Amino acid sequence: MGRSADLPRQHNSGEDAADDTDCPILHVDMDAFFASVEIRRDPSLAGRPVIVGGGTRGVVAAASYRAREFGVRSAMPMGQALRLCPQAVVIRPDHAAYSSVSREVFAIFADVTSQVEGISLDEAFLDVSGAIRRAGRPVEIARAIRARVEGELGLTCSVGIASTKFIAKLASARCKPNGLLVVPAAETQAFLRPLPVGALWGVGAQTAAVLAGLGLQTVGEIAGTPPDTLRRALGVAQGQHLLALARGIDPRQVTPGTGEKSISTERTFDRDLTDPALARLELLRLSDELGSRVRAKGLRGRTIAIKVRFGDFRTITRSRTLPEGIDDGAAIYRIARELFDALGLDQPRIRLLGVRADQLGEGAEAVEQLAFDLGAQVAPPQTPTGLGEVMDRARSRFGAQALRPGSLVPAPTSARRDQAVP
Amino acid sequence: MKFRVERDALADAIAWTARSLPSRPAAPVLAGVLLEATDGADGPSLTVSGFDYEVSTRVSIGVAVVTTGRVLVSGRLLADITKALPPHPVDVSVDGSRVAITCGSSKFTLPTMPVEDYPRLPDLPATAGTVGAAEFAKAVASVAIAAGRDDTLPMLTGVRLEIDGDRLTFAATDRYRLAVRELSWSPADPSAEPVQVLVPAKTLADVARSLTGGGLLTLSLGGVGTGNGSEGIIGFTGGGRHTTTRLLDATFPPYRTLLPTEWTASAEVDVPQFVDALKRVALVADRGTPVRLDFAEGGVSLSAGAEDEGRAEEQIEADYTGDAITTAFNPTFLIDGLTVMDAPVARLLFTTPTKPAVLRPLAKSAAGSSSDGNAETGSDGLASEYTYLIMPVRLPG
Repeated sequence: MGRSADLPRQHNSGEDAADDTDCPILHVDMDAFFASVEIRRDPSLAGRPVIVGGGTRGVVAAASYRAREFGVRSAMPMGQALRLCPQAVVIRPDHAAYSSVSREVFAIFADVTSQVEGISLDEAFLDVSGAIRRAGRPVEIARAIRARVEGELGLTCSVGIASTKFIAKLASARCKPNGLLVVPAAETQAFLRPLPVGALWGVGAQTAAVLAGLGLQTVGEIAGTPPDTLRRALGVAQGQHLLALARGIDPRQVTPGTGEKSISTERTFDRDLTDPALARLELLRLSDELGSRVRAKGLRGRTIAIKVRFGDFRTITRSRTLPEGIDDGAAIYRIARELFDALGLDQPRIRLLGVRADQLGEGAEAVEQLAFDLGAQVAPPQTPTGLGEVMDRARSRFGAQALRPGSLVPAPTSARRDQAVP
Repeated sequence: MKFRVERDALADAIAWTARSLPSRPAAPVLAGVLLEATDGADGPSLTVSGFDYEVSTRVSIGVAVVTTGRVLVSGRLLADITKALPPHPVDVSVDGSRVAITCGSSKFTLPTMPVEDYPRLPDLPATAGTVGAAEFAKAVASVAIAAGRDDTLPMLTGVRLEIDGDRLTFAATDRYRLAVRELSWSPADPSAEPVQVLVPAKTLADVARSLTGGGLLTLSLGGVGTGNGSEGIIGFTGGGRHTTTRLLDATFPPYRTLLPTEWTASAEVDVPQFVDALKRVALVADRGTPVRLDFAEGGVSLSAGAEDEGRAEEQIEADYTGDAITTAFNPTFLIDGLTVMDAPVARLLFTTPTKPAVLRPLAKSAAGSSSDGNAETGSDGLASEYTYLIMPVRLPG
């Protein structure tokens, strides 16, 4: 997101739109989604630099376009962001709110076609091949989606239209914010050629450095490089992958319902944690939040992973795959704590902790190993009581702090202070 | 202490005892095996013991004793040494704080461990009865496979053993499958009150496998409140070997109600053919994804995988009665059950695709009178007494 935002902006939503023949793939990307949801909720923020993120050592989850003018980018450390833009309004992320708006956005997509592949809360691929007869050309469909999102939800999105997913995604990034860009099938090569190598999917700083060593700065230069040279420099798989992308070849289909591959929560601490008991408490908090977010999407995770980053930035992850998917904070915590305890950390200095749910499946839709009903004592890892759903309902009515695991309730002194703040 | 012993007898005794020693002992002495040379009424003997506060092992072998005594040495090291000794009589003697082992021209000296710190092994509880060691081992193996491995559900990590007159019943479940096996035995007191205990599954399976040498196995069980320190312990004796293990202090869930009493469809399949087909089709099933089974008259078709990954399909013949049914299982669970039942033909019984399916061995060939509802009562009277219940995987949609 950060990289593509630096590219020059293109836009062609006018009546003389480019030829969209054989361009059935739409990439719809909400503009500064989290920040826009916050601005919609509090209109006094409109036009001000807004950063959604947390803590002095956390990272930027989203930045409004006003904040981006100061150089603030997603995933940038908060400290750096605030140095660039000290006057920014910082808002703690409210994932429940973003999930709820996201569902409304996806409901609009679902009206167009069932071929919707959600990438994250604010981003999806649509294959509109089957909708053309009913709803018009891809460009007309994209315009209708943009109009509905703006009219019904008060949010803007950008849509890239192309023959493949990869090009469609590049196109949406090129027309942001609030834009629409068609890359005609015949012009795919011409569109790609001048782009920097970093625009290719899978090219990060490291790969870009390797490519720079070969004198390759643009996608066009990669496309013209002998395959063997790339394979030698990057390995067979990545060499071939980049060459294909650089030539505009992307065989990936839009896979409906794939949705997010994983959902994670993590927290960077203002000061390194050294007490394992405190670390476990943080894992509980993260597991609880992860459970809420997994449930908010009606999903269950079959793999639970933890991430631990130490004071020296050494990072380890550990995961466990379960026979059944889980969506309950307490069940997630049980796994997370076991994984953490198994590390046998002695006097750790923990900078960051994260908990992630992978292999997500929809509760009712997914393949699910059924289990015997052996009574309440023999029921974990999933709490079958629907406690999680009850907590979600209570929180949505009374706020996120309304109902929490007992060990996360602050000590009485700080509780009184909470109440004193109006 | 000084004795001479036959090499193979010593190596077997040490290897068996050392096998159940803890890899991370709670106290250093628990990594040792205790060697005791005695000269009792039955002649001179060597007793080898090991203990980790959960499991105790003890085996006696005949030796030529020169002087009696006891000594504690590192079990793992002694096992490695005795296994590697040449085929000659072995002389063992203690000299101060060292043990000397001489066999042919090889000689080892090992440090001893403080024998006075070694805990006293629990006494064998009162004899409860005897059972054929080989049948016992087979029954345990066929049930222990279904036991849970998740220590947060301790009640599922054991095999429930029920003793009622001349019947032993074994049961284990990990919530996804349930295995139940019955076995007849000779109780010491046929009119004794029924008893139910929960034995750690892994220990029980190890013990049962290692005590098959003697033909008969004696079970002993501590009565509650007998005050001799044997409560909560079960003992096994066979072929000169004794072992005790602590029982699990947890309640096994009621399981009999899980066993369906009626079904709407039944299939008879050739076990080796079915297992081979399952293994092939499961190659494309990712970790934890199911194999789908479509049963219809004449056969079953197996399939696994997805369009964008790998896909596999295979058909095998099956004698099927009932409406066609489509169901899916974790292939490992299915293969486990079919493999341990040790029968050429299995009968599968279904009600609905989300209800548990029953697997039972058929002792005779499938060509026999399969219409009889009780056909699974095999000619040896034992094959019928195994039931493997397996929960299906719910398919999307």
